[in-house]
Amino acid sequence: MLSRDLARSAQVPLQLKVPLRFDKSRFGLTEIGCSMVQDRKSFVAWLQSVPMMLVFALFFLLPMLLVTIVSAWDYNEYEMIPAFSLRGYSDTFEGCIADLPDLCTILKTYLNTLKLCFLTWSLTLLIGFTVAYFLAFHVRSKTWQIVLTLLCTIPFWTSNVIRMIAWIPLLGRNGLVNKGLLGAGLVQQPVEWLLYSEFSVVLALVHLFTFFMVVPIFNSLIRIDKRLIEAAYDAGASGWQTLVNVVIPLAKPGIVIGSIFVITIVMGDFVTIGVMGGGQIASAGKIIETRLNALQFPAAAANAVILLGVTIMIIAALTRVVDIRKEL
Amino acid sequence: MSNRSKSTNTFNRRTLLKGAAGAVGLAAGSGAITGFPYVRAAEPKVLRYLGTAVNEGDEISKKCLEDTGIKIEYITATTDDVTKRVITQPNSFDVLDTEYFSLKKLVPSGNILALDAKKIKEFDNITPVFTKGQLPSGKKVGDQGTAPWKVLYLEGANSKTFSPTPTEFVTLIPTVYNADTLGIRPDIIKRPIESWAELLNPEFKGKASILNIPSIGIMDAAMVVEATGQHKYADKGNMTKAEIDLTIKALIEAKKTGQFRAFWKDFNESVNLMASGETVIQSMWSPAVTKVRSMGIPCIFQPLKEGYRSWASGFCVSKAVSGPKLDLAYEFVNWFLSGWAGAYLNRQGYYSAVLSTAKANMTADEWGYWMEGKPAVADIKGPDGTVLEKAGAKRDGGSYEDRMGAVACWNSVMDENDYMVRKWNEFIAA
Repeated sequence: MLSRDLARSAQVPLQLKVPLRFDKSRFGLTEIGCSMVQDRKSFVAWLQSVPMMLVFALFFLLPMLLVTIVSAWDYNEYEMIPAFSLRGYSDTFEGCIADLPDLCTILKTYLNTLKLCFLTWSLTLLIGFTVAYFLAFHVRSKTWQIVLTLLCTIPFWTSNVIRMIAWIPLLGRNGLVNKGLLGAGLVQQPVEWLLYSEFSVVLALVHLFTFFMVVPIFNSLIRIDKRLIEAAYDAGASGWQTLVNVVIPLAKPGIVIGSIFVITIVMGDFVTIGVMGGGQIASAGKIIETRLNALQFPAAAANAVILLGVTIMIIAALTRVVDIRKEL
Repeated sequence: MSNRSKSTNTFNRRTLLKGAAGAVGLAAGSGAITGFPYVRAAEPKVLRYLGTAVNEGDEISKKCLEDTGIKIEYITATTDDVTKRVITQPNSFDVLDTEYFSLKKLVPSGNILALDAKKIKEFDNITPVFTKGQLPSGKKVGDQGTAPWKVLYLEGANSKTFSPTPTEFVTLIPTVYNADTLGIRPDIIKRPIESWAELLNPEFKGKASILNIPSIGIMDAAMVVEATGQHKYADKGNMTKAEIDLTIKALIEAKKTGQFRAFWKDFNESVNLMASGETVIQSMWSPAVTKVRSMGIPCIFQPLKEGYRSWASGFCVSKAVSGPKLDLAYEFVNWFLSGWAGAYLNRQGYYSAVLSTAKANMTADEWGYWMEGKPAVADIKGPDGTVLEKAGAKRDGGSYEDRMGAVACWNSVMDENDYMVRKWNEFIAA
């Protein structure tokens, strides 16, 4: 995604050169004067794109490059050794062939991360789309739309960690939910899977990230020409048919953008999974953290490169389904 | 960092003096206050102190400023991040508060300055636990793992090799240490707990927890494996690959049957797990047990027959420190060992490195309760004045001799650390 934007910003000056050639023929400027104007204009265009390019180069390309380089280094207990070694990678895939048919650590971890990611993605999509649909089509006044959207942001007034930890007294063995269930006589024993389980992890992730789905989908829905829906109605489409054949196709860019947000965040998350899973649930991010804490930077970098690769593949598949650039 | 600290300091002084003296009076004023010429006073006595939150009490920095005029600037990080910072940014701190086991990583990196034992006033009074591996009574302390006396001395001022015999070049001046064991909820368990084996007893299925710090968690697991008679380790703090496999296998089996409720990583998590009743038996730290107890919830730091897993921390100085700053660092360390801080630590349930000076700063009753295992005569109060124990109470595990004498192993970094970390990830993923 980011590199594509970068490529686009780099293209700008090239495009500007074309109309300048027309200027030359139309006004009959001398070769020298024209090339001066052309140079100055393209120089200005380059200059305009410089801040963006610098930001990307400094804060995206360079760190990525460093991580990739370091991932192929050797290391010992306390330092990185700048000698080529693929130890970080080979250690990561340790046992993947030897342990067959059992899954090795890294595959198990990624399967688990993908599962959590898929569950979170489908739930945030379902909830996010419903909320956005309500805001865009059922709330008529602009003011209320703004007010309600702002309401959605209220949870963001506190930090991620607080929002996450707030679940613990609610879901715990002696928490509010269990007390309620026991009090109502619905269960005899406290329900244990409410906390420190995949359930609680997905619950917290959905709670934290649904808003990232709501905003882009809302943005897509609000731009749908209302006359299209009227036309569908006039043509005899039922409400469901309108939703499936008109609204959802037009909301695709929003859905994909929201999905990219949610998927990239969940794939790299280890704090939520750690706290809500009681440290017992593996995630790709957790492996990186453990390696970093043991000062095994190259191994951590190798795992980061693997995670990046997997995430990019998911995003590439998504953008193949919907060409966001075309749709925007 | 140092620039920022300087400017804030000048600002403070300036605001303080503004009303009275004004800009011209600043030089004269500060000179008069500190008793040094202006040039000297322009460099405030500031030390950047890198460490974990547990040891960085406001009380200590306040008292230090009062007694010595040294302003302590805390840089707080988790245990792992402290080590990371020493390796990657040795110029970002002056004094380092760290544990002995991390020295195996820090010293070879060359970022730690060897300290001169002769400049530490109380060095000869430091408890022989650190210098000789024995109690004041002469009893030997368990030496498995990275025991402090194995990494206390260096061969030379610029050496990266630990010396097995005492030299004048010291890596880390000890300040605080303790013997860790399991914390339990006696009100829920309702029977005596005597062995580490109980941690993996199916009776506590879904109610046990261990530390999610691989190097420490695996040693607690090793205590269990040894207690159940599955294997006798030559050194729990330095396992062979086969021993790591065996220990992790035991952990994975327990995890698969649902033995663990959660793994904890920081102090507050361990307190919450225990206080909320999510767990009833888990590896724990002494002040965490005290915290649970001060909430009115019964919790015992249970002494076990196989002994304790011990840890010790203290002060290192960054290699980047020299000249007057180094003198300041020595002054600070000497102040720390001079008694007030030691008594402060003892009152939290830790042990101080120089016992004699700490004793002089505690009441006889306090000393009796914390150090001699005697029943408290009056209520025992924490450093902040809250009542920790009622009169008549006795410390879990008894006296200093009883507790430190029963240490089985020390927190460590294994030779096979890299392999162990990988196996730990396997355990989490299982």
